[in-house]
Amino acid sequence: MKVRLITATAALALMMGIGASAQAASTIRYCSEGSPEAFGPQLFDAGTTIDAVRPIFNRLIETKPGTTDPVASLAESWDVSDDGKTYTFHLRKGVKFGATKYFKPTREFNADDVVFSFNRMLDKNSSYHMVGGGTYAYFEGMGMGDIMKSVEKIDEHTVKVTLNAPEAPFVSELGMEWASILSKEYADKLEKDGKKDQIDQMPVGTGPFTFVSYEKDAVIRYQANPDYWRGKQKIKNLVFAITKDPKTRMAKLMKGECDIYPYPAPADLAALKANPKLTVMESEGPNLAYFIMNNKMKPWDNKIVRQAMNMVFNKEAIVKAVFLGGAKVAKNPLPPTVWGYDDSVQPYPYDPAKAKEMLESQGVKDLTVDLWYQPVSRPYNLDGKKMGELMQADLAKVGITANLKTYDWAEYLKRMHAGEAPLGQIGWGADIGDPDNFLYFHGCGGTGNPPGQNNEKWCNNEYDALLKQGKETSDQAKRTEIYKKAQQLMHEEAPIVPIVHSLTFMPMSKKVDGYVLDPLGIHNFENVGLK
Amino acid sequence: MIRFVIQRLLLIIPTFLGAALLSFVLIHAIPGDPVQMLLGEKVIDPTRHQELLAQIGLDKPLPVQFVNYIWHVLQGDFGTSVQSKNSVLVDFFALFPATLELAFCAMVFAVLFGIPAGVLAAQRRGSVYDHTIMGAALTGYSMPIFWWGLLLILLFSLKLDLTPVSGRIDLDYYFDEGTGFMLWDSFWSDQEGAFTSAVSHLILPTIVLGTIPLAVIARMTRSAMLEVLGEDYVRTARAKGLSGFRVVGIHALRNALIPVVTVIGLQVGTLMGGAILTENIFSWPGIGSWLVNSIYQRDYPSVQGGVLLIAGFVILVNLSVDLIYGLLNPRIRGRR
Repeated sequence: MKVRLITATAALALMMGIGASAQAASTIRYCSEGSPEAFGPQLFDAGTTIDAVRPIFNRLIETKPGTTDPVASLAESWDVSDDGKTYTFHLRKGVKFGATKYFKPTREFNADDVVFSFNRMLDKNSSYHMVGGGTYAYFEGMGMGDIMKSVEKIDEHTVKVTLNAPEAPFVSELGMEWASILSKEYADKLEKDGKKDQIDQMPVGTGPFTFVSYEKDAVIRYQANPDYWRGKQKIKNLVFAITKDPKTRMAKLMKGECDIYPYPAPADLAALKANPKLTVMESEGPNLAYFIMNNKMKPWDNKIVRQAMNMVFNKEAIVKAVFLGGAKVAKNPLPPTVWGYDDSVQPYPYDPAKAKEMLESQGVKDLTVDLWYQPVSRPYNLDGKKMGELMQADLAKVGITANLKTYDWAEYLKRMHAGEAPLGQIGWGADIGDPDNFLYFHGCGGTGNPPGQNNEKWCNNEYDALLKQGKETSDQAKRTEIYKKAQQLMHEEAPIVPIVHSLTFMPMSKKVDGYVLDPLGIHNFENVGLK
Repeated sequence: MIRFVIQRLLLIIPTFLGAALLSFVLIHAIPGDPVQMLLGEKVIDPTRHQELLAQIGLDKPLPVQFVNYIWHVLQGDFGTSVQSKNSVLVDFFALFPATLELAFCAMVFAVLFGIPAGVLAAQRRGSVYDHTIMGAALTGYSMPIFWWGLLLILLFSLKLDLTPVSGRIDLDYYFDEGTGFMLWDSFWSDQEGAFTSAVSHLILPTIVLGTIPLAVIARMTRSAMLEVLGEDYVRTARAKGLSGFRVVGIHALRNALIPVVTVIGLQVGTLMGGAILTENIFSWPGIGSWLVNSIYQRDYPSVQGGVLLIAGFVILVNLSVDLIYGLLNPRIRGRR
């Protein structure tokens, strides 16, 4: 009996050993953090979905790898009319859509594809508008329905986009995933076959990879597109192995079951960095965690009180306790990786004694107030509760008793947008590398009436005028000056307390070659190879 | 017997309706709505927000929504996921085989090890075996699943390099047209090593998910065996000079198994709950993590449909257990 048991154990062990076989060298295995909602770049805006569609599609404008600078992609060049309302895009010739098992394209990319792609979202009469529910969260969230007026074909390779009002960030905004270009030929075929829904499940694009298969919540497979217009890829296959738990992702990388993974747990970074087979790439995340003071409530409508509040929090302690060092202290409402950042701004010092004195001079003494902390972990705030507790302790030092309070995330956002939070945490991660993407949160559009996303409910006409001017100016140098002024104004008025910008880490095997960290946090595998 | 079956079948209707109502009320009781979750920190115009809610039928009063929902379910339409825009049935059945496969293996593991362990403990009552087995069972029962899973990964995958860390099969293997049951697909595929890879990926999740049922089954078997071993007929069997194996294995165990079978049926529910954590640790693409994610995203149709389908499955399993039980023990089916 004993002998049999030993034999069985040995057989099992052998079997398990065989199971973990070596991988084909031409495949990059990316242990992604979650499942995409689907493969329709227009329907969704979750980072996970953006990562999953990025290999398949191109946009008219993209960003230079590793930067937020817009560069020509499917549009070779573009002209902007003097009034800033008309954009004419000259499209690239000779671009082929990737062939897949389910669709073989017969023609090259042209203006019809661009018009179809934009009109699906913009034009309620488009035969594809209601496919997938007719909700375009990203497009809507960026206000594109109001910004864009029409998209017209001028000729095979020219498209004219008309806007309702000037929008200088428009070019950058076209770099977002919602602006991915779909194949109209494929859409027509699906419509003919009565399978329109397939457009968001089995994608066809002009990108560096083509879609092979998706096993729900498990694996996404891509193949290099042999006809890719920017050149052949260094690898044959790209595989996303969906691994939701960060500890498991780490174990898989260490064991060689994946080559690269995103979002490591902060506590694992030391072990990852110490492993000689691995590299951990690091960059400043395009995000900001900030603290709001409701300017419609007393005493936060008082500028001196708000300035004092900017000296209350020990941000270094937050970086250490919440991010285990994986963040940088913030001084502006804009992250330093976005152009237009004003480094000349002198941050408010951490000085509780002075803050207390200033608060007392304004009659703020023995105040009890609710402090809202974020109930979910976000890249810019890994642990809202812990951050809240640190803030609570800091506030106690200046004589403010803060009661920690939170809601379920959706409710939290709704109530904060409605202006119910006196003090609270919120933040933002960039979609595009345009300063407006961060600064518009604090504007009121000159109405004196703060919109939902203006969580601190602060309105300032001078600030609104600067934002408007920034949107109407197309010259980047001039825009930089405008946005620097806006940051200085915010620093002086202190409607919020900028807390931190988190760092982005990307652990990978040393075999991975050519991976570039994207400042907007998208995971991009174009031109990545294996040594 | 037929009357018994019909009685049990009729009970399904209120149970099913209860599950539907409960899942509907609970998910709607959580604040927030799917449109808000889709938008995150972004904000859209409130009227547009209402329009979008109306598009997915969430603008009507709750009772109307519930009646509509039940009406559609009766016609086999579980709705469309707000997140994936797929039919809920499509999403569910894409993932259910993975959960079923894992739960089945975990149950087989629990039964194969739990019953012999319980019998041994009962037979050697008060001995080192008994204390060891019952101590281990108590430990197993109290073990937090995520911690146990990570511990096994650390030991067997990273230190000893015996098992893969996570997933269902090595990424090199890929089945174009699969049933979703990896053991089955890999067994019939002509790709060399696919089956062993699938088996090796199942080992750790099976152990982790099977630990709690194993502990429960072992403890239940032990107490049932102890009761039976004290019965007169066992003493008679021993007095007749039957071998220890025949007495314990045939005469005692058969009777002791009746409550154990019920417990096994009830454990199916536990397995479905445990699957959520196990699937998360081992990146197992099953319904557990899908359902949790749907709750986070306020994907009402997915949550309601998922809960209903799982409830239906658990009800069916328990019904089968009841029927088997009735077959095993004529006294049950005769009971009014």
